[in-house]
Amino acid sequence: MTISQEDIKKIAHLARINISSDESILLEKKLTGIMELIDQMQKVDTDGVEPMSHALNISQPLRDDQVTESDIRKKTMPLAPETQESLFIVPQVIE
Amino acid sequence: MDWDIVIGIETHVQLKTQTKIFSGASTSYGNEANSQACLVSLAYPGVLPVLNHEAVNCAIKFGLAVKAKINEKSIFARKNYFYPDLPKGYQISQFELPIVGEGKLSIPMGDGYKDVRILRAHLEEDAGKSSHGVLQGKTGIDLNRAGTPLLEIVTEPDMSSAAEAVAYAKKLHDLVQWIGICDGNMQEGSFRCDVNVSVKKKGTTTLGTRREIKNLNSFKFIKQAIDYEVNWQIETIEDGGKIQQSTILFNPESGETKAMRSKEEANDYRYFPDPDLLPLAITEQHIRNIKQTLPELPGEMQDRFEKDLGLSSYDASELTNNKDVADYFLSLIGQGISAKLSANWILVNLFSKLNDADIDIKESPINYEQLANLIAKIEDQTISNNAAKKIFESLWVNPLGKVDALIDAMGLKQISNDSEISGLIDNVLNDNTVMIEEYKSGKEKAFNALVGQVMKASKGKANPSQVNEMLKKKLSS
Amino acid sequence: MLNLSLKQLSQQLREKAFSSEELTRFFLDRIKKHNDRLNAFITINEEESLSMAKKADITIANGNQSLFTGIPIAQKDIFCADGWRTTCGSKMLENFVAPYNATVIQNFNDAGAINLGKTNMDEFAMGSSNETSYFGAVKNPWNLEYVPGGSSGGSASAVAARLAPAATGTDTGGSIRQPASLCGFTGLKPTYGLVSRYGMIAFASSLDQAGPMAPSAEDCAMMLNVMASHDIKDSTSLPHPKEDYMTSLGDSIDGLRIGIPKEFFGEGLDSEVQKIIEDAILEYQKMGAEIVDISLPNSELAIPVYYVIAPAEASSNLSRYDGVRYGYRTKEYDDLMDMYFKTRQEGFGDEVKRRILIGTYVLSAGYYDAYYLKAQKIRQLISNDFAQAFQKCDVIMGPSAPSAAFKAGEKKEDPLAMYLQDIYTISTNLAGLPAMSIPAGFTKDLPVGLQLIGNYFSEGHLLNVAHQFQLSTEWHRKIPKEID
Repeated sequence: MTISQEDIKKIAHLARINISSDESILLEKKLTGIMELIDQMQKVDTDGVEPMSHALNISQPLRDDQVTESDIRKKTMPLAPETQESLFIVPQVIE
Repeated sequence: MDWDIVIGIETHVQLKTQTKIFSGASTSYGNEANSQACLVSLAYPGVLPVLNHEAVNCAIKFGLAVKAKINEKSIFARKNYFYPDLPKGYQISQFELPIVGEGKLSIPMGDGYKDVRILRAHLEEDAGKSSHGVLQGKTGIDLNRAGTPLLEIVTEPDMSSAAEAVAYAKKLHDLVQWIGICDGNMQEGSFRCDVNVSVKKKGTTTLGTRREIKNLNSFKFIKQAIDYEVNWQIETIEDGGKIQQSTILFNPESGETKAMRSKEEANDYRYFPDPDLLPLAITEQHIRNIKQTLPELPGEMQDRFEKDLGLSSYDASELTNNKDVADYFLSLIGQGISAKLSANWILVNLFSKLNDADIDIKESPINYEQLANLIAKIEDQTISNNAAKKIFESLWVNPLGKVDALIDAMGLKQISNDSEISGLIDNVLNDNTVMIEEYKSGKEKAFNALVGQVMKASKGKANPSQVNEMLKKKLSS
Repeated sequence: MLNLSLKQLSQQLREKAFSSEELTRFFLDRIKKHNDRLNAFITINEEESLSMAKKADITIANGNQSLFTGIPIAQKDIFCADGWRTTCGSKMLENFVAPYNATVIQNFNDAGAINLGKTNMDEFAMGSSNETSYFGAVKNPWNLEYVPGGSSGGSASAVAARLAPAATGTDTGGSIRQPASLCGFTGLKPTYGLVSRYGMIAFASSLDQAGPMAPSAEDCAMMLNVMASHDIKDSTSLPHPKEDYMTSLGDSIDGLRIGIPKEFFGEGLDSEVQKIIEDAILEYQKMGAEIVDISLPNSELAIPVYYVIAPAEASSNLSRYDGVRYGYRTKEYDDLMDMYFKTRQEGFGDEVKRRILIGTYVLSAGYYDAYYLKAQKIRQLISNDFAQAFQKCDVIMGPSAPSAAFKAGEKKEDPLAMYLQDIYTISTNLAGLPAMSIPAGFTKDLPVGLQLIGNYFSEGHLLNVAHQFQLSTEWHRKIPKEID
């Protein structure tokens, strides 16, 4: 599988990463190389094999429905790039 | 040309838990911005989700209530997209294996019922809230709501009119409150519907292209939005246009639907199983335990009302649409009032006042004890049904009034004394010899006229059934 | 203090041969002296470390100490530590002062250990040479022109140069074992789920696992006693009963069945490394172990599978770095989109961006089945291979890395060559098995590590197998000459 400039544009958009055209040309080669490595998988017959998402076969633990967290704005708001009256501020979102 | 309307609904039901679905932050509503945004809500580096047991229980309750399959294994998946009120850059949801599988919900339609098929219901987390215009050209993000547990309930496209869609939404809204998994507060966004609408030429089988109306949070809006959208789609097609699959918003002020600014790319959510969460296993035992906590369901209660209390199917159904109505009814008969009278008074008199005032039965100024006092006076023949209605009106305005005092004050006490009634009848018979002749020659009408005369003479206070009985006796003697 | 084991340090602290403050100051001084050349630490906080040490000294004076009280430990900068800058090697978190403790950090604090500082690492743990750190490359103390391995390269360099008695690391595809091999000390990646991931900044959630990095297996056992814990804040943390990993250290390994996978000795393995590994295995045979030939037929697919699963998970895990709630935000932007795009362009380094892009690609519409699902299925096959092998043997041995350390810059621009560094380590992450690297010899004055892979939860056994080797060899005691 080769990765085209078009593919890079599309995935960079999905991933919200700006990529200059110079970078994109370098990336095309590197990403294609990685995809060729990945494509070695295709030679294996995996019919009937269960996909493995987790290393161990146990089920999800459940938490009691009890409030354990408190207001931590004093700690967290100062870490934000821009805030106003306890809101995180971003450029206007247009729907 | 005639058109079929095809509607499916996805409802986001906020679950009534103390804490968020994946963290111990409070879910209470209306607090200062970000005061409930814990490290997990804020998606801090390194934090991890842990599933809330109660959210799982709520989903199981719903599954049981719609007779759905509860999947013994379900999977949480990440739905990836960027939005400032989505702190992780992905929403934890369920994709391939939801917790609740296929079920059905029966909605009243005309004289009968219609089953709406539930395709699935899955657990997911809510996003935060964006408030626009806090500063010029800026948006403020409040993550208090981020991580609130939602059950997304998805139907098959089984509804064919706005009325059916509203009936479904109402029924679902009643049900989730009935089983105690949602507070039903639509203004606060606890119950929000996305409605998929398409139209097709009558009789054809291929579905038309659908448009999804997002985030409707009142039954009125659901109706208005569907009506507008259906018209718009039909007009568009009849004018030779084509419907584009899209997401649209309803503007309650203009009553119009409008496509959201089309996203720059087609949505590509890159779902994959969340590696931070393990498969959710639900055992038979767990389901049995939840079943025991479930209240009697509306359908079961309706059957019981018909079979054991002898109510009509219509009355039984009306009384079991809503938990508060059913509770009111049960309280009333708990006071020893007959089921039929109770049903009548709730469904006719009380409902009419509640509708006029646009309030819920919980907010009724006349509580069940007052109403029981009043109906008891009909049952023991102290007052007539009509007199009771007058007192009911008075109680509505002045809920603290005493029934006995009102009967006296309004002079509504019924005359049930045999000799008193006998005297009244004799007077009337003496003055109406012509009518007696007519009755005897077979004119039934004349009898009713005589009853009327007696009632008039008693100023409406005579017990009508007693009047009937005694008059018949006297005429036949 | 330089050459004492953790156990000896603990004993001498208890006997008041020196105070924790003196010990901590000793290592802080070494860091001051050598860090300019090695770049092993991103953040040190002398005041805080010494304040912790003083508290430890009070605890010791009161006789309330535990085994770890007063011992300074270097922490990989992937663990959030309350009040400490925690960067994960990235510009994105350059000024991020964590407001909470990772469970690993909390466990060390509870045990009375001293946080000696935060060690350098490949950005978001993506790399095998520690050249992707925003805070500069880390040097291998055995030869400053060589890489220390990665991604836990700062911890590796610090332990090898004895700037710390021990350090923590994390291992997603070999990030503890490969640097342990390249820097000549002992590193353990435990069974997935044994050590909590809470507060450990995620790279690939289904593979990430924290573990100890220290001169000897005995040190690692003592570290693991603190690190391993069942944590309700991590859904993937296993409810495994607490073990004392020190107790099995004296067990005999007579009759131990060592599985030798033929796939670990094929093309690509440096011949001198191969010789060292074979000699080490011979050493084990002398101690009474038997050799069993085994096969891990799907192991050559470990790298392709890893480079689907790890980037896919990473692409999603790293979406939270959007410049909204914390971390880097670009200085100038026109609108929301522009802010996202520039923040992530400027905040992430090249390797991180490459992996985000690959991960996004393999998950995108139309490719999921061919890549992600396929990789998960082969992951199952790889796991099955190990299950079969462990029916025939107790421990699997082979090289930790295909070669000794390589020169800085040599593979920096060649991701594929870099990825091959983890060819022998990745499959255990995919299967979730515990594995170690222990010093086994030198080639051209650079250390070489022997890898030991055990079955699930066999850490105690594995540590003893390593310990027995270290009782009869001296490789783990060697210290680079350049650093005194």
